[in-house]
Amino acid sequence: MTARVSIQTQDFNLAMEVDALRQSDKRVGAVCTFTGTVRDRNDGLSVSSMELEHYPGMTEKAIEAMIDEALNRFDIFGARVVHRVGFLQPLDQVVMVAVTSAHRGESFKACEFLMDYLKTQAPFWKKEQTPEGARWVDARVTDDAALAKWGIELKNS
Amino acid sequence: MLVTIKYFASVREAIGCASEQRETAATSLAGLRDELLAAGPAYACLSRERAVRMALGQMMSDEAALLTPGCEVAFFPPVTGG
Repeated sequence: MTARVSIQTQDFNLAMEVDALRQSDKRVGAVCTFTGTVRDRNDGLSVSSMELEHYPGMTEKAIEAMIDEALNRFDIFGARVVHRVGFLQPLDQVVMVAVTSAHRGESFKACEFLMDYLKTQAPFWKKEQTPEGARWVDARVTDDAALAKWGIELKNS
Repeated sequence: MLVTIKYFASVREAIGCASEQRETAATSLAGLRDELLAAGPAYACLSRERAVRMALGQMMSDEAALLTPGCEVAFFPPVTGG
């Protein structure tokens, strides 16, 4: 069985990750994936690159716990999360979540749940390069609200 | 007791240090935060007027969390991954 969580500097291949997650499992009737990429604008400024920092050890534990929670809440077979760290530029892939289930509803929900959870509870930080210099990205209140809709009231921003 | 303290992102930059070992008389994260705030201006970024998040044993924690000898504590700004 492949790892459920990878934190890495190198790029990932969504198709290969999905193949590994499905593993010829004939129960699977739905695969839902989300991929996050680097935009060239944020909060009114153009972004030329970003540096992603994380808390080694805690990041993996936090996301593993989120996947356990998703397996408890939803009728899914498996989930895979890959998150990149280090130097990234617009167009680069940052994060992917893939979930398998028998029917689409559960994978859609679990995929969104995992992203909402990760955005506000996994220890990553982005520092952007803009024409006005480098700046740390601010956490968004809307991301806390996205997690709250799953009944999880945890404050980040 | 001796604890390991890690700092990340803007907190790491403000304090000028990614990790330190510290002998503390504090029993909770709140007490440790108070000690650091009193330790010098570099730690002003841990002020309670700022959004600072904390971890104990690599789990998100609040100030009431209790320290244990040799534990790993971390202070950092709100997270912005994804």
